[in-house]
Amino acid sequence: MNEENPLWASESFWKKVAIWVTAGSFIILVVLTFDSLSQTEVGGKRVQAYSVINKKIDYVYKEDLHKFMPVIGETELLFGQEFTEEEAEKLVTLGKKTTQAKNCMNCHTLLGNGAYFAPDLTKAWLDKGWLSKELREDLMIKFLLDPENNARTFGSNRKMPNLHITPEEAKGVVAFLKWMSSIDTNGFPYNFKTIYATEE
Amino acid sequence: MNAKELCGVANAKLDTFVTWTALDRSNLSDGRKLAVNYFIVAVILFFAQLLFGMIAATQFIFPSFLYGWLDFSVNRMVHINAMVVWMLYGFIGCTYWLLEDESQTEIVGLKFGKLAFWVLTIAVAVVVLVYLFIQIGAGNDTTLWLINEGREYIEAPRWADIGIVAVVLTFFYNVVATFSKGKWSGIAGVLTLDLVALAGLYLAGMFYMTNITHEQFWWWWVIHLWVEATWEVLVGVIMAWSLMKLLGVRRKIVTTWLYIEVALMFGSGILGLGHHYFWIGTPEYWLTIGGFFSALEPIPLVAMVVHAVYDSGSHAFKNGNHPALAWVIAHAFGNFFGAGVWGFMHTLPQINLYTHGTQWSASHGHLAFFGAYATINIAFFYLAIQHWRGDVWMSGNAQNAWRWKWALGLLNVGVVGMTIALLIAGYEQSFIERAVEGSTWSGYFSAQNHPSFQSAMVWRWFFGLMTFAGLILLIWDLLTIGKGETRKMAVVEAE
Ligand code: HEM
Ligand code: HEM
Ligand SMILES: [Fe+2]
Repeated sequence: MNEENPLWASESFWKKVAIWVTAGSFIILVVLTFDSLSQTEVGGKRVQAYSVINKKIDYVYKEDLHKFMPVIGETELLFGQEFTEEEAEKLVTLGKKTTQAKNCMNCHTLLGNGAYFAPDLTKAWLDKGWLSKELREDLMIKFLLDPENNARTFGSNRKMPNLHITPEEAKGVVAFLKWMSSIDTNGFPYNFKTIYATEE
Repeated sequence: MNAKELCGVANAKLDTFVTWTALDRSNLSDGRKLAVNYFIVAVILFFAQLLFGMIAATQFIFPSFLYGWLDFSVNRMVHINAMVVWMLYGFIGCTYWLLEDESQTEIVGLKFGKLAFWVLTIAVAVVVLVYLFIQIGAGNDTTLWLINEGREYIEAPRWADIGIVAVVLTFFYNVVATFSKGKWSGIAGVLTLDLVALAGLYLAGMFYMTNITHEQFWWWWVIHLWVEATWEVLVGVIMAWSLMKLLGVRRKIVTTWLYIEVALMFGSGILGLGHHYFWIGTPEYWLTIGGFFSALEPIPLVAMVVHAVYDSGSHAFKNGNHPALAWVIAHAFGNFFGAGVWGFMHTLPQINLYTHGTQWSASHGHLAFFGAYATINIAFFYLAIQHWRGDVWMSGNAQNAWRWKWALGLLNVGVVGMTIALLIAGYEQSFIERAVEGSTWSGYFSAQNHPSFQSAMVWRWFFGLMTFAGLILLIWDLLTIGKGETRKMAVVEAE
């Protein structure tokens, strides 16, 4: 290095920096990816087993943690049926594939990601819009099968189109939404009052 | 009229059009002929993008518009897919454009390159037709393979994914083989490694997963590590090359800058990925890592502005292609504001808890994609057309210069106007829907029905129209600029 070409202006120095920084960041990312994927396996603490659809799910503010957290409660069957883990997985999978095949994400957000033309679905299962926990399942199925005539537009005139969802697919979607509402999302959405909070 | 006659008429019309443009392909080398093919499709898709964006924006104001025929979901999907695809076409075009010049030899696999172009273009056309006319399918794998994968930005069905990978591999082969035959440079090395990463990342988006946390985890690998890492570096390469060509900046300087930019961009952008892992079920440490590293992402963007503006200034803005330089400068600022400033504003978890998934994201998305990636592609369209016309004069006192200036103005003001309208809508949503009402179904609609949201949607529509008008003018200008010009391009002196 001479006077005219100090280290900070030298091409080969920055080339090395670029290579090391990139490789280093990437390695850290790979390590964190392994850790995150294993912490978010289905059946772990953060992402529940599919059979959680047999349980009551709520979402409440935890004073000590300063955030909202899902709470898994007693048995609360879906469609009056107890699902084994395999049956539950099958149903949730049908539901998940249906959400992709019908392109839900290009109107709604799921876990906050997607489009902004329709409400977020992260905690849709817990929404007080379904009136009461007794009516909820029926209302959801009816809505999915014929959204046009069961629309609740809240005065916006915006209606979900009929997506030709079959009754079986509708059940799958409801199961998927119930399962998704049990995921620990670090407190997003904040301040969400569930259907249970309103009832009590 | 039968089909044959119809084809005949269409052909005749096309011929008239081609004659009218008076463009002479013999001005282009073979590699550059291939590049302009990509540019032409890019412009057509850009047009489609804005057309469907306008329809979607109209549906925010009149929800019954085309309801049941072309629903919002379809229009929005076409809007953002056309965008991703036209930008990729543009980037491939830019790479072919500079490849022969940079490697100082002819493209090695030109035949494959041409074939790949047609395969890709036909595949894109089929995908779009299926989006528009079939739209959705049953909830099974067949739909995901043939119709639509239902994942924002990478909706293309699986068969098309595989086709895209094949085409990209061909492209990649061409780049590597050409540099190997000719000569390598710092720019060539960065370009090649970046393309490996860009193509490799696409694979992360090609799997079905029921576990939505895992699915979104990988989905962001594609989206984020594209736009905030590999695409940024790709435009860094393109900028480096164009600053040499447009302004005559010394190679050693641009190469050193490029390495600095790579270090800063990858050093912040790779772990900055964590700003999408706050709320999807992934562990809490992402709040810290994602917040910290993504907050550093604006730094390389500042560096890029300094680089471009300093170089332009130090050459007294003397250059042979004024529209291209204007768009390069628009790129430097657009990238800085759209990605750097707008991104930074909502990237810390404490604020993102409220802005996540609102029009705030759309505000940033528009300014960033336009500012960073539409601009640089447009700059290249101008470089290409100048050369295609036979290196004609495009500096001061060019004929009809008002057209490119107005197109530049309308497009930029239009997008900035939409960005501000969406920002207002986003703040209102963050406040009312997220903070006060807790993101319930009714909270969502209270925010959507709020007068400030509603008027923002109207403003967005008008600024959208301005953007669209700007694009139409841009296309007209690209087709006519330099036509009948006899003066030769101003010569740029190397440092
Ligand atoms: C040119 C580069 C960039 C482009 C094209 C871009 C584009 C986008 C787009 C389109 C979205 C919305 C994704 C969706 O649909 O959900 C998004 C989200 C986001 N971007 Fe960027 N971005 C860029 C750079 C940046 C930078 C540098 C930062 C931070 C400093 C940033 C921060 C964010 C954040 C925090 C989100 C998440 C928004 C949410 O929570 O909903 N972006 N970006
Ligand atoms: C005629 C002008 C345009 C109009 C009317 C328009 C309209 C729209 C609409 C209605 C959406 C859906 C937002 C939602 O889900 O609520 C959207 C999304 C989007 N548009 Fe545009 N757009 C225009 C131009 C552009 C341009 C020039 C770009 C970039 C080059 C762009 C990039 C995007 C992106 C990235 C998204 C997804 C944003 C997100 O998910 O956060 N648009 N646009
Ligand atoms: Fe990001």
